[in-house]
Amino acid sequence: MNRAPLFLFYLNVLIIATCGLIYELLAGTLASYLLGDSVTQFSLVIGIYLSALGVGAWLSSFVEEKLARCFIEIELAVALVGGTSAPLLFLAFGYIDWFRPLLYGLVFLIGVLVGLELPLLMRLLKEHVDFSDLVSRVLTFDYIGALLAALLFPILLVPHLGLVRTSLIFGIINALVGLWGTHLLRPLLSPKGLGGLRGRAMLVVGLLVTGIIKADAITTVAEENQLAGTVVHAESSPYQRIVIAENNTGIQLFLNGQLQFNSADEYRYHEALVHPAVASCRNARRILVLGGGDGLAVREILRYATVESVTLVDLDPAMTSLADRFPPLAELTGNALRDSRVTVINQDAFLWIDKDTARFDAVIIDFPDPGSYSVGKLYTSYFFSRLRQRLAPQGVVTIQCSSPLVSPKSYWCVINTLEKSGFRVRPFQATVPTFGVWGFALAAVEDLPSIPQLSPQVSQQLKFLDQRVLDDLFIMPRDLSHVETEINRLNNQVLVRYYDREWSRWQ
Amino acid sequence: MTGFDRRELLLTALAGSSSMLLPGCSQTNAGFTGELLSPSLDVGHRIRDGDLPEPAVTNWQESGVVIVGGGISGLAAAWRLHHAGVDNFTLLELETVIGGTSRCGQSRVSGYPWGAHYVPVPRADNRALWRLLDEMGVAAQNAQGVYSAHEHILCREPHERLFVQGHWAEGLYPHSVATDEDLRQWTSFQERIAHWIDWRDARGTPAFTIPLAGCSADEAVIGLDEVSMGDWMRREGWDSVPLFWWVDYCCRDDYGLTIEQTSAWAGLFYFASRRENSNSVSPGVLTWPEGNGRIVRHLSRVLGSRVNTGQAVLSIQQSDDQTGRVRIVVLDRETKQVRGIRAQQVIFAAPQFLARYLILNRPAGRVADSDQFQYGAWVGANVHLSDRPQEPDFPLSWDNVIHDSPSLGYVVATHQQGIDHGPTVWTWYLPLCDDQPSDARRKLLDLTWEHWAEIVITDLERAHPDARDLVTRVDVMRWGHAMIQARPGFIWSRSRQRAATAEGAIHFAGTDLSGIALMEEAFYHGIRAAEEVLTVRDALFSSFL
Ligand SMILES: Cc1cc2nc3c(=O)[nH]c(=O)nc-3n(C[C@H](O)[C@H](O)[C@H](O)COP(=O)(O)OP(=O)(O)OC[C@H]3O[C@@H](n4cnc5c(N)ncnc54)[C@H](O)[C@@H]3O)c2cc1C
Repeated sequence: MNRAPLFLFYLNVLIIATCGLIYELLAGTLASYLLGDSVTQFSLVIGIYLSALGVGAWLSSFVEEKLARCFIEIELAVALVGGTSAPLLFLAFGYIDWFRPLLYGLVFLIGVLVGLELPLLMRLLKEHVDFSDLVSRVLTFDYIGALLAALLFPILLVPHLGLVRTSLIFGIINALVGLWGTHLLRPLLSPKGLGGLRGRAMLVVGLLVTGIIKADAITTVAEENQLAGTVVHAESSPYQRIVIAENNTGIQLFLNGQLQFNSADEYRYHEALVHPAVASCRNARRILVLGGGDGLAVREILRYATVESVTLVDLDPAMTSLADRFPPLAELTGNALRDSRVTVINQDAFLWIDKDTARFDAVIIDFPDPGSYSVGKLYTSYFFSRLRQRLAPQGVVTIQCSSPLVSPKSYWCVINTLEKSGFRVRPFQATVPTFGVWGFALAAVEDLPSIPQLSPQVSQQLKFLDQRVLDDLFIMPRDLSHVETEINRLNNQVLVRYYDREWSRWQ
Repeated sequence: MTGFDRRELLLTALAGSSSMLLPGCSQTNAGFTGELLSPSLDVGHRIRDGDLPEPAVTNWQESGVVIVGGGISGLAAAWRLHHAGVDNFTLLELETVIGGTSRCGQSRVSGYPWGAHYVPVPRADNRALWRLLDEMGVAAQNAQGVYSAHEHILCREPHERLFVQGHWAEGLYPHSVATDEDLRQWTSFQERIAHWIDWRDARGTPAFTIPLAGCSADEAVIGLDEVSMGDWMRREGWDSVPLFWWVDYCCRDDYGLTIEQTSAWAGLFYFASRRENSNSVSPGVLTWPEGNGRIVRHLSRVLGSRVNTGQAVLSIQQSDDQTGRVRIVVLDRETKQVRGIRAQQVIFAAPQFLARYLILNRPAGRVADSDQFQYGAWVGANVHLSDRPQEPDFPLSWDNVIHDSPSLGYVVATHQQGIDHGPTVWTWYLPLCDDQPSDARRKLLDLTWEHWAEIVITDLERAHPDARDLVTRVDVMRWGHAMIQARPGFIWSRSRQRAATAEGAIHFAGTDLSGIALMEEAFYHGIRAAEEVLTVRDALFSSFL
């Protein structure tokens, strides 16, 4: 082999390296998108991928003959597995229960195959190039390839192509490199079976091209599977991906893939969230809602004739205006956010709480679960102590605090932190079929809030609560009893760690 | 992972000679602007070069105490005098902005630091510092009299993360590249640190504590000042690459020196001075959006009109008559007027390297002592961003470090305010660790704003490929004499210790007198010098220390 093809070999290395890292990044991104908890997902994917590279390199020592052919076969295998990995995972997520094993298995397989490639290629070239030159060049192009992938992925690929197309396109590139390899390595390949090899390469390319043509369909089917329904509305705000799906039970709202409510049983959640606080106030006039941008909590609040004003603070304007773009939500909320008594403020409640000076008779806290540090700060002793400054003298608070059954430490961490921040707290729970047993707390500053009395005027409008059911919410069964936890502070954010640990057990 | 792109070239240019300027990289006139800043070089250089012939001063005023320098040490001295009921003092600061290396800036989005950005939670026995924090309304005593800091100034989680092998991970030790042997050495290193935290000499004095004046002078400890941190670690049997990287990072971060340039005593001081015993948990750090600028703001507010900025002290001369008055000549930089002040005492709270030029007719021994003080150069850049880069890994933290970069990464000004979305300001730091500090200073001055901005952005692009498009402004501060250098032999030298003693009616403050650049040390020397003055003045007081 002369000089010119050598350069082509290095190009080969570059492409292999780029494709390899792209598959890894794809798996990591997809896993965090589908499973949440990006920290764990990314570290697992990277860890598995890197170790698989090692396994591949070790396995390469067992390949003794037909190096060139083996190299091309592996190239095609990488193309096929890597190229179909993203669409496959997307589809599988909705259908199978063993998604994690599949995900990590695929990552491992791709890692092993990529790990096999470089050593084989180096052995192929070692007769033709000075060894130290070879190692340095191959590694150089390997690293450049990695850089290329790292740059392309966030800048070009994800924003412009999306995960499924990126995966397929790099599969095709990979398969084409394999096809081209049959020419480059021609002198080293036995003519027997060459036709078959090329045929297989064409087949892989053809398969992946079909995938690209069908990519749109795949993504919709995938997102729908994942959501157990048909996607009827989807948009992305700077803060989150908002997807609404519909099936025969009703409509469901997903934020970043996490279910927020199902119209079939959301009334249970929102009645339990709102009425204990508002009914506790002797004279509920000014109400504050933190989070709750869907407007469903506000719908419940507006049932009280005493209410003069509702202030809703939610980070995302896309959420608080969603009902304008998706009429069924407006119908579900009774157009609550457009009521003249309601003021919507789009700001991080953490910042708002320090700036405003008004005081409220009741505060309804409906933040997302504390799955990230930027939400976890809203459940800290610091935030709760600022919250006290927003409460009228006899003011009452209710807060949603995740499931006491699935995540007891998380639930009680919120309660314990409230108590540490000077609140007297009554824990309570309700069953919402979509979520299971869900935990809340009723809190006040001076005296322990008494169990609220529903007025008949409100009670008759409700689907879930009457006085007897409301009384029962405050009975905590034995398996939901108190646990000791640390206090969630800004400088430890233990709640995010508890939540992460507890929910990952159940997924 | 990379090695061939522009940023590497730029950064190796930094490591090389300053003549290796970078032609053609000033095409940064992309979407952002900025300024190249530095402490007042002109006045400083003219003082150094004796370029400011002492004018005939006709206008003389009287003062009790004159404090030269408005960094933390000068402000602390003034604060101490104020609390002792001494009102007859004036503080003179050369710059138009108060605070020295702890100064801060402010944009519509956030306040941000230019230099010092945090203080570790003080140990219980640092009473003076707790008193200050209490006065600032950020700490309180419990029924047992034990102080604790308020939650909102304790650095919020996530605290720190490291970009290594293409990903952000929590913490600063590069776990993802560590082998079992690396982890064993890491544990063994931590055990050695624990040993030094618990170590006490025959009198019960700890090896390392803050302020440094309370450290044991036992040979067994101060012998460590003779070797470099790198040599000491190899002598102890460690050779783990991730461990050396991490310790090197810590040395560059705290001292602006590499692991091979830092004294082992100083290196251990960093790890072992903050905890009372090895069982106690790491106490965390105190921080504000504008960094230690918040402390500066508080002190200036308390001191009011006695703090005078834009006042360049041109000379200080001991009394030559029976009045015992020190004569100070001051240039008002705005009015260009020169005036004289006759003071009973002076507290010199500017760095020691200036003493040579400012204090006239010093004894030769004192000049020789001051000449032992060496300072390293730093660059700090405030990078204003219109939004956060997209990233899937461990989330943006307060301190964000890039492995394989000569920079120290960046701290996020909006972090402590809980602002997690939208525009922000990042303060990026680069210590220039040349063997000769003067080489570093030459480099500092040779490069233009375009060069520096490009160096900053390309460094950020290592971890944030989309950063460039988000940057709206890059302001670059060049600190020529940023930090005193704790090279082997300096901290426990006689020169350093003598430099802190009074010279006639001139008393000395400044963090450099500790051989280490820390808020707590600057604060300590300010209080110490002020209390020396109180003693001389026969004032009744009980020590804050
Ligand atoms: C980039 C950087 C980051 C740092 N980060 C930290 C940190 O996070 N935490 C920490 O604790 N420490 C940090 N430090 C160390 C910091 O230097 C000390 O904490 C402390 O602020 C030093 O105070 P000082 O008063 O001793 O000296 P300086 O801050 O140097 O103050 C001396 C003052 O004297 C003035 N002066 C000089 N000449 C004259 C003259 N002729 N007339 C009048 N005034 C004059 C100067 O203008 C200056 O304001 C950092 C330093 C730098 C450079």
